Amino acid sequence: MQIQCPYCGDRDAHEFAYLGDATVTRPDPAAPDAARAFYEYVYLRDNPAGPHKELWYHSAGCHSWLVVTRDTRTHAIESVAQVGAP
Amino acid sequence: MQYSVFSLLKNALTGHRHWQPAWRDPQPRAHYDVVIVGGGGHGLATAYYLAKNHGITNVAVIEKGYIGSGNVGRNTTIVRSNYLLPGNVPFYEWSMKLWEGLEQNINYNAMVSQRGVLNLCHSDAQRDAFARRGNAMRLHGVDSELLDKEQVRKIAPYLNFDDARFPIQGGLLQPRGGTVRHDAVAWGYARAGDQRGVDIIQNCEVTGFRIANGKMMGVETTRGFIGAGKVGMAVAGNTSRVAAMAGMRLPIESHVLQAFVSEGIKPLIDTVITFGAGHFYISQSDKGGLVFGGDIDGYNSYAQRGNLPTIEDVCEGGMALMPMIGRVRMLRQWGGIMDMSMDGSPIIDRTPVDGLYLNAGWCYGGFKATPASGWCFAHLIARDAPHAVAADYRLDRFATGHAIDEKGQGAQPNLH
Repeated sequence: MQIQCPYCGDRDAHEFAYLGDATVTRPDPAAPDAARAFYEYVYLRDNPAGPHKELWYHSAGCHSWLVVTRDTRTHAIESVAQVGAP
Repeated sequence: MQYSVFSLLKNALTGHRHWQPAWRDPQPRAHYDVVIVGGGGHGLATAYYLAKNHGITNVAVIEKGYIGSGNVGRNTTIVRSNYLLPGNVPFYEWSMKLWEGLEQNINYNAMVSQRGVLNLCHSDAQRDAFARRGNAMRLHGVDSELLDKEQVRKIAPYLNFDDARFPIQGGLLQPRGGTVRHDAVAWGYARAGDQRGVDIIQNCEVTGFRIANGKMMGVETTRGFIGAGKVGMAVAGNTSRVAAMAGMRLPIESHVLQAFVSEGIKPLIDTVITFGAGHFYISQSDKGGLVFGGDIDGYNSYAQRGNLPTIEDVCEGGMALMPMIGRVRMLRQWGGIMDMSMDGSPIIDRTPVDGLYLNAGWCYGGFKATPASGWCFAHLIARDAPHAVAADYRLDRFATGHAIDEKGQGAQPNLH
C-alpha cells in the first residue's frame, strides 16, 4: 500500500502512522451532555466496509497529518488531503 | 452415526465409500425459536449448547459462506487461559476446561493438544509482571509456572538467548495451554448441533432485521424471510455492518490480522512460544509447518489480506527470536478480519432491541474462547441473563467506565 503525500509524493505505507476515523470531532466539554458525547467520540465508530476517511501521520517523512479516503474492502486510496485543508 | 474405532474400521474395510455427510443441508423453515447469525466457531458452539444445555433445538445457524470459511479457519489454533484481570480469568479458564472435555462431548477428534504455551520475558520488569500474572492465574486455580533462563533453554534450546535488544531472561509457562485443530472445531460443533436438531443453513446471507415496536421478529436473508423468537449475532469481523442493520453503532473497528505457515519440516517446536516484545509467536502444526504470526496491520480493513510491511515486521521478529527460521521458506500467508473492540475485550450482552443478542469484539483472541463463548451466549439467549463467568462483558461498560483493559490495547492503543 502506498499513500500519495501532498508534499512527498508516493510513499510506502510503513512511513505513516495510523490514527483511525477522521470523521469524529471532539465535543465541547462544557456542554450539558458532554459525558455522553465524549463516550461516543472516544469509543463509537461507523466502521464502514467501503470508503473510510481516516487520519494518517507521515512520521518518517514530512510530519504532516493527512486525511486519507481509503476503501476498507480493497485498500484502494481515493484521495489524500492535509488536515484542515478546504 | 457415532464415530469410534469400530466405525473407522468398518468404513476402512469397505473402502471408505459409505461415510455420510457430517451434517444435513436443510431448507430454512418459516420460523425458529432462535436464529444465530454467523456459522463460525462461536455461532455453531452457541447453537450446540442451546440444544444440549437448554433443550432449545428449534434453532438455525445462518452462514453467508460455508462452514469454516471465516475466522474459525483462519486463526493460528492456540488455546490458553493465561489472563490477569478478574473479568477475564474465570471466563477463559472455563473455556480451557471445556476444551479439555470437548472431543468426548461432541464425539469429534479436534486434535486438542495441551503442549503448553510459553511467554518469554526479557527484563526484570517484565519478569515481575509475569510473576504477578502467574500468581493471579494461580489464585483463580489456573496452572502457571515462572521459568528462569535455563528452564526455558531446556524447552527451546534453539532460541536466541543472547539477543542484544531482547535477551531471554525467562518465561511464564501455562502447561495446559496448547493448540486445537481449528477446522475440526467448526466441523465438530456443526455435526454435534445438527444431531440435536439444529439447522445449519450455508450460503445464506442476512440482509436485514425485521423489528416491530422494538422487538425482533426475524431476519431477511438472501433465501427469504426467516422468523425468529430470538436472534443471536456472532459475526465477528463484520459486527459493525450487521449491527448497523439493527440501528446500532458499536465500539468496534474491523482490522486485518495476518498469519503465516512455513514449508513442512521435521518436529522442532513442541510447544507454543510467544515473543511479545518482538510481536511474534510460533508453534508447529501436526503436518510439520511452522505456524506463526504477529500484530494486526493497524488500519481499518475488511479485505482478508494485509500488506508487506507487517509481513516484514513479523519475519524480523522471527529472525530475532530464532535465527534458524531464516533457512525455512514461507509457504502461505493469509489475513482474517478482527473485531477490534476498543478495550481489547469481548462483548456478550443483550442489545437495545428486544430479542437481539450480541456476541462480538473478540479482537485477535476469539478462537481460544470458542467453547465458553458458545456456552455463555447460549445461556444469555436461553435465560435472558448473563452467565456468571461472562457477566463483565457488557456492551455498556465503555459508557460506564468499566472497560476491561487486559493489555491496555484495543483498536487504538492511545485511548487507554
